[in-house]
Amino acid sequence: MNKPVIDTSASTRVRPITIAVLAMGGEGGGVLADWIIDLAEHGGYLAQTTSVPGVAQRTGATIYYVELFPKAAARGQAPVLALMPVPGDVDIVLASELMEGARAVGRGLVTPDRTTLIASTHRVYSMNERIALTDGRVNSNALLQSCTDAARKLHAFDMAALAEATGSLVSAVLFGALAGAGVLPFPRPAFEATIRRGGVGVESSLKAFAAGFDYAANGGATLPAVKPADAVVESEFVRSLLASFGGKVTATSQPLIVAGVSRVLDYQDKDYARLYLDRLAPVAAIDAARDDAPDDLLSETARQLALGMAYEDTIRVAELKIRASRFEKVREEVGVTDVQLLEIAEFMHPRTQEIAETLPASLGRLILNVGWIRAVTDRLTRSGRVIRTTSLRGFLLLYVVASLKPLRARSLRYIDEQKRLSDWLDIVIAVAPKNYDLAVAVARVRELVKGYGDTHERGRAKFDAIMALVQKLAADPNGARTLDALRKAAGQDENGDALKRDIARYNLA
Amino acid sequence: MAERSFKSEVEKLRLGAGQEFRGEAILAVTKALLQSGVSYVSGYQGAPVSHLVDVLNDASGLLKELGVRFESSANEAAAAASLAASVNYPLRGACTFKATVGTNVASDAIANLASGGVIGGALIIVGEDYGEGASIIQERSHAYAMKSQVWLLDPRPNVASIVESVEKGFQLSEISNTPVMLELRIRACHVYGSFIAKDNVRPSFGGRDALARPERDIGRIALPPTTYVHEQDKIGRRWPAALRFIVENKLNEFFDGDATDIGIVMQGGMYNNTMRALEVLGLADIYGNSRIPLYVLNVTYPLVDSEFVRFCAGKKAILIVEEGQPEFIEQAVNTILRRADIQTRVEGKGMLPMAGEYTGGVLKSGLRQFVEKHRPDLIAPAPDVDARIPKARKTLEGNLEGRPPSFCTGCPERPIFAAMKLVERELGPQHVSCDVGCHLFSILPPFNIGNTMMGYGLGGAAASALSGESGRRPIAVIGDGGFWHNGLASSVGHAVFNKTDSVTIVVDNGYAAATGGQDILSSSAQVESRSTGNPIEKAVRGVGVDWVRTLTRTYDVAKMRDILREALTTTFPGPKVIIAQSECMLNKQRRIKPLARAAVKRGERVVRERFGVDAETCTGDHSCIRLSGCPSLTIAPNPDPLRREPVTRVINSCVGCGLCGEVSHAAVLCPSFYRASIIDNPTGWDRFKARIRDAVIGFLQRRMDRRALASA
Ligand code: SF4
Repeated sequence: MNKPVIDTSASTRVRPITIAVLAMGGEGGGVLADWIIDLAEHGGYLAQTTSVPGVAQRTGATIYYVELFPKAAARGQAPVLALMPVPGDVDIVLASELMEGARAVGRGLVTPDRTTLIASTHRVYSMNERIALTDGRVNSNALLQSCTDAARKLHAFDMAALAEATGSLVSAVLFGALAGAGVLPFPRPAFEATIRRGGVGVESSLKAFAAGFDYAANGGATLPAVKPADAVVESEFVRSLLASFGGKVTATSQPLIVAGVSRVLDYQDKDYARLYLDRLAPVAAIDAARDDAPDDLLSETARQLALGMAYEDTIRVAELKIRASRFEKVREEVGVTDVQLLEIAEFMHPRTQEIAETLPASLGRLILNVGWIRAVTDRLTRSGRVIRTTSLRGFLLLYVVASLKPLRARSLRYIDEQKRLSDWLDIVIAVAPKNYDLAVAVARVRELVKGYGDTHERGRAKFDAIMALVQKLAADPNGARTLDALRKAAGQDENGDALKRDIARYNLA
Repeated sequence: MAERSFKSEVEKLRLGAGQEFRGEAILAVTKALLQSGVSYVSGYQGAPVSHLVDVLNDASGLLKELGVRFESSANEAAAAASLAASVNYPLRGACTFKATVGTNVASDAIANLASGGVIGGALIIVGEDYGEGASIIQERSHAYAMKSQVWLLDPRPNVASIVESVEKGFQLSEISNTPVMLELRIRACHVYGSFIAKDNVRPSFGGRDALARPERDIGRIALPPTTYVHEQDKIGRRWPAALRFIVENKLNEFFDGDATDIGIVMQGGMYNNTMRALEVLGLADIYGNSRIPLYVLNVTYPLVDSEFVRFCAGKKAILIVEEGQPEFIEQAVNTILRRADIQTRVEGKGMLPMAGEYTGGVLKSGLRQFVEKHRPDLIAPAPDVDARIPKARKTLEGNLEGRPPSFCTGCPERPIFAAMKLVERELGPQHVSCDVGCHLFSILPPFNIGNTMMGYGLGGAAASALSGESGRRPIAVIGDGGFWHNGLASSVGHAVFNKTDSVTIVVDNGYAAATGGQDILSSSAQVESRSTGNPIEKAVRGVGVDWVRTLTRTYDVAKMRDILREALTTTFPGPKVIIAQSECMLNKQRRIKPLARAAVKRGERVVRERFGVDAETCTGDHSCIRLSGCPSLTIAPNPDPLRREPVTRVINSCVGCGLCGEVSHAAVLCPSFYRASIIDNPTGWDRFKARIRDAVIGFLQRRMDRRALASA
């Protein structure tokens, strides 16, 4: 038998087009791979695909690998196609999400000499990012940067948004982007014909395809637009209040103060808003005396003080739940159309503690301290309640609770909260002249106190534990850094184990 | 009903001679079985061979026409035991399961089968679940072939070669009276390709013929002294017969190359990726023409000494590409060459890693090392690494999170573990023995529950040594799949007999969900060819458990918590069994989603529920996610300019299973969760009610807004 000539020269040999698809289970990565196969087979190519779905079908990360080879070049001998990518030898990587794109980079599948990386830039957060007690999100900019650095060409944009807008899936947008990137030897109509042959959801898939095509054809890499925080409407009253607010306000602290005073006003009344600014005034004075230095203390205190004063009690929750604007938000979030009806039910679990705290102090104490009354209310509040806010009964119930607002200032919780806030604020103000940075850190520790029920109690305990150490740290030049570290440790686990450990580590116990 | 219907795949099984079959390899194997004239097939589902089982489950019509019996086996031992039909009769039969977990369970039957030998061809098709994406312990089926003297085929991973190996496997089995194992790796099972089909063959000898004329040969039954005879027969007769067949039929392949003084030996399954690595290194072309001579072992056990001697003639070194450990082949080759006094150097695990998958990158660097050492003239030096690559990787540090599989959206198993978390808060941490199944995801965040996992159906057995003491008792979690696989005997019966003081939770979701949603004894689906609807509770009580609680809606977290607390604290002696029932959500959605869509189209009133979180009241502490982990329960930037931490957010993929609400009640979380009921095609009464409601509520809301404005 005549041995065929082995052509291994880089310039003349025919090579397969290699494509890796990174997706998460249930995202349509398999459909995308099938589309590519169909496209290639109809375009005169041999195609092979394989994958390792297994349990990864259950939301785990999955790679599909596809190779295409021109039939015309098969010259009677079938090509030997690989079952998995060789790092450094991948022409196209399609990733259904930003971290999956970055994962391809991490695995060496994306290389500057050959790989076109097409990735959606939306995030599907990992379990660890989602379960963090505070903010566990990784840095999206870093993910995108690594994609940019590693790829020969990068097409990256928010495909989830396009999929949603077109009522389709990310896989269809990716397929469009693959066509738009112009890296496969098939014309656009061939791609579209493939979708048509698939036969499911053709119209929406084609729309998503077109959207992906246009974006990719224009090139570039963009992260999803960050939705700006809710706008704060500065009312006439707020403006007049602020006009008389002494001290220096910078571009950093100004919006926070506006938001803060508006929040407190919305929470209670005009007097409460005035109280807020009165409390803030000494802090503003401290920053005003610091010449051109940034007013971190004022910003942080404005933020924390507003959140502290607008603590969530049953009255506040009831009020927020029944507002027209909230109904509107829900409609938008769940995407109700005009021909559909919407019913909303709340899951609430007020316990004796929360109920007693909302009542006038004397009554509240009675409930909490008299054994049998407490036993009765405990029994009544043992299980949670489902309140249908869109039903008349449910709405009226919450409406009545919300209308207790004028009585709030006499409630047990109110008295307690104001005292705690003043104590904290006093410490902030007392520390500032000696150790400014520590004062900022002390202001920020207040963010540990949040939420309801157990969450609130745990946060409060951690806050108290840290505040008890401020005295010791006052003279320490590293005090602010230590306090920040402790605050972060407090956010590491629910029970405060990390905090305890760190307190011991810094010899503060 | 399995996760999907395989009707279109079944059509492919009907293709006749000369037609092109296109599809996944595991489906091609199914077709190859029918072409080989099998009389019976049995199997236990599991990736990557589930499709074989699923497709045959859906192919009852075709199987009836051909006179083929297909059994969905209770477990792998049952599947392998069914090959007993080929011991006395000229029947071709096959069984399939995933390896090595399946081979482990089946090994008793395989050993007995192999000892006495077979007359009819017996094929054991194992899906070797090894390497990336594998869901099991990393071991080799090779060891089983060696210990029981079963021949092991490891064909090149393309559809045509795999199909060919099925037919050849039957012949080899018949000629050597030995069962043959066909090993297919995950990617090979899922590879898409084509082959030219042949007609299906109706077996000439069927089960009916066997029953009509039963044959008995005591020499085939493994009982001393015949077992001694069997051993001698394996070595003295069957082995040489197999070798002859392998050589004569050229089951192993030789490929020439111009670098005749070196060579590469590889398992057939390694062929494609090894060729690609050679091609990338400039040592082969894309058509499989290599400069280095190749010897491809499509049969990896037994090895043919004479072929090795021939291949090594005139070679100073060979490289053995053998995935997995230990290096059985490399050791054997060293022995072969030593015995033949051949001085060729054997490279292998010294250049390629001893453990772990042979990925493209691994093969490339191993091959480069081999060639650089023995024929540096053939290869150009490795190019420098582009500096942008390490830079990109550096940027990623600390920003890449793993993404292991987890419970699906709305999974009914999640609330069981949420309840366990709540009980943990009251009673302290518990020792939990896990089992195989989706529920094993409990060991990962957010639940972090589970201490050991000893195998399918063994959850209860693995807890029994820690039988209750001083007020504490172990918990075992076992799925309905594991329960019927062997848990009833090994976990439940065992605990009854030994009076084990333990709590066993049986997760009854109506399917063998982890392997693709196949039906099992207790499934509620009605399937014509199977008996379903056999309650687990009846079985549990039947073997003597007196403390049994069945919870018919796992989403009721508070109830689940209370039952669990009771089971852990009761003074009732012996095993306590909790049966937690709710249909697998993945399968449920597959079932009901199309129905709901159609109903909406028809204009019927349809209510869809989903949950949501009010960002304004969400504390950003995410304790709800820590008690759930639902993929639809995620985070989003905080819309509040005063707050920094992301808020919880429910996305539109939520199926409204209700867990979010139940958890927020049972764990007393924040009041942020709401349930939205979206009503399609509301009735006139619906609309009338809504109008009145909206009028009153709207009036009050406007009043609130006016007041707010006045005081702003
Ligand atoms: S209700 Fe909660 S747990 Fe259930 S599907 Fe929706 S987000 Fe997931």
